[in-house]
Amino acid sequence: MTDFLQLLFSGMATGAIYGLAALGFTLLWQASGTINFAQGEFVMLPAFLMLGFASFGAPLLASFVLTCAVAVALLGWAFKRGIADPLLRHGLMPIVVATIGLAIAMRNGVRAGYSAEAHPFPSLFADKLFNLGGVTVTLADIGTLALALVLVFATQAFLQKTVTGRAMQAVAQNTDSATVLGINVPRMIFYTFAINAVLACAAALLITPTYLAKFDMGEPLGTKAFFAAIIGGFNNSRGALLGGLIVGVSENLAAAYISPTYKDAVALVVFMLVILFKPQGLLGRKVERKV
Amino acid sequence: MNKIHVIVLAVVAAVLLAVPPFLKSYGIYLFSYWLVFVIATMGLNLTVGYAGQKSLGHAAFFGIGAYTVAILMKAGLSFWLGLPVAMLGCFAIGLGLGFPALRVQTIYLAFATLGFNTAVWLVMRNEEWLTGGTFGINNIARPSLLGFSLDGNLAYYYFVLGMTVLLGALLWGLLRSPWGKAFTALRDNPIRAESLGVHIQAYTLLSFAIGAVYAGVAGALFASLVQFIEPAPFTVGASIMMYLMVVVGGPGYFFGPLLGSAVGVLLPEWLGLAQAGYLFVFGVAVILLMLWLPDGLLSIPDRLRARRLAREASAARTAAAARLGAQS
Repeated sequence: MTDFLQLLFSGMATGAIYGLAALGFTLLWQASGTINFAQGEFVMLPAFLMLGFASFGAPLLASFVLTCAVAVALLGWAFKRGIADPLLRHGLMPIVVATIGLAIAMRNGVRAGYSAEAHPFPSLFADKLFNLGGVTVTLADIGTLALALVLVFATQAFLQKTVTGRAMQAVAQNTDSATVLGINVPRMIFYTFAINAVLACAAALLITPTYLAKFDMGEPLGTKAFFAAIIGGFNNSRGALLGGLIVGVSENLAAAYISPTYKDAVALVVFMLVILFKPQGLLGRKVERKV
Repeated sequence: MNKIHVIVLAVVAAVLLAVPPFLKSYGIYLFSYWLVFVIATMGLNLTVGYAGQKSLGHAAFFGIGAYTVAILMKAGLSFWLGLPVAMLGCFAIGLGLGFPALRVQTIYLAFATLGFNTAVWLVMRNEEWLTGGTFGINNIARPSLLGFSLDGNLAYYYFVLGMTVLLGALLWGLLRSPWGKAFTALRDNPIRAESLGVHIQAYTLLSFAIGAVYAGVAGALFASLVQFIEPAPFTVGASIMMYLMVVVGGPGYFFGPLLGSAVGVLLPEWLGLAQAGYLFVFGVAVILLMLWLPDGLLSIPDRLRARRLAREASAARTAAAARLGAQS
């Protein structure tokens, strides 16, 4: 039982990070219809940026803030202007293909231009164990889970409580009406891209200590973020967190109780069940087919 | 087939027939490798380019074909028995993979097929009793055909070339049959196709299954070509590369796979770039292609023609306006 609880807890910590990446993914989709296949690489690049700033002697939090700024410019603004804006009017597939190309370019750019090795990454949390009623949990797990939850709920609160956030939601729900109501649609969409970049940086900060900074670390992460987003419901931000937790926990439990070598198949099985029986996701609304 | 098709076809045929005898064995190997990918991407072009389904799991069928033939040959059976078994297996599994496509479309389907690829890859890596796990299966023999041994690189190359031509001709015939029209109808407007009596469920499944058979044949030829298979060439990444090859060449263009596979397989070797460097350039090129030529390289002639027609039409309009102006 204690084993189970331990696995559950560390699964939730990993899952919450998947949830962060998945949240950025669903936000982009809702606001602009962008499907970002490079989402995993959007986490990988900040990890290397943080290592870069840290190598100049910046403390971890300072390099995180600097990285967020660079990421907002590069993965937010430049990505929107250079790739998303020109391609979105051509429908879904060109942007999917272009972001696949972007993922390949980013991965191999880091591999060829910087390093193909895995680099250790400093953890935000001290190496400390807690004992909660017989269950041993690490400070890193507690901190990761808490920080990820805070970020997800802060994003939610921003979207629901502030004027800007509500304007962003209006854009996501109906771009034309939002324009008519005088909302600056391109700016709201840019905010979404910026939030996605910051969430990716946060995910990088939290997951890289365990994953290690490596050029291909984004691949499994990106796939799991997609699965999490679809399991939870593609058009629901809370769904992203739920999906992330489901993927993280079921993966951890399967690795321990079923077979560690088939760990990666678990997210897939859950995903298949969801799209076959509830394609709109666990928390998603049904979207009528448009002719 | 118009005149340009015939000329291009003649040039390609001449190169494919006459150049390899002058190449060293690595060059012959590369040409064979390229043709194997042409066969695989021809199938994917049917699924993606003609029928408009999103499949990111093609390398799984490629792998199923390769492993089926390798395992059966290791069990002492002939290549010529392994090949039809691989084809049938891929057809059946392709039909199975088509079922999610009946329920979900576009991006969901892309992820379902991607997940399927991961599952197949995990089986290849983990089930050592069957697939040899990460050690793979080595010393896969090459077949003989009507008493001729295909052990030599050049002989095997011509065998692969023959298979490519045969499968290409079959696909050409299929696309010109009512089936082919039904596939394109499915891509262009499924609701209208259904209202005209096209059984869209059946054709969706078939487009996956037939595409999968092509990948299976390519996999079987691949196993005998490299004579050693392991899970690495059949990852999700390989599927994504195949998809990009189709997109780069031009989805829905018959000769797209020929060009796309050349860009994906031949060009990196020819340019002599390191893998990471080439993939970086390739990724950037894919982005630029989407920005400027979303229909692939083979859409260039169509684009030029459309531009010329537009120019002629606008010239004709100006002339007509001038004439009318002179009359009044």
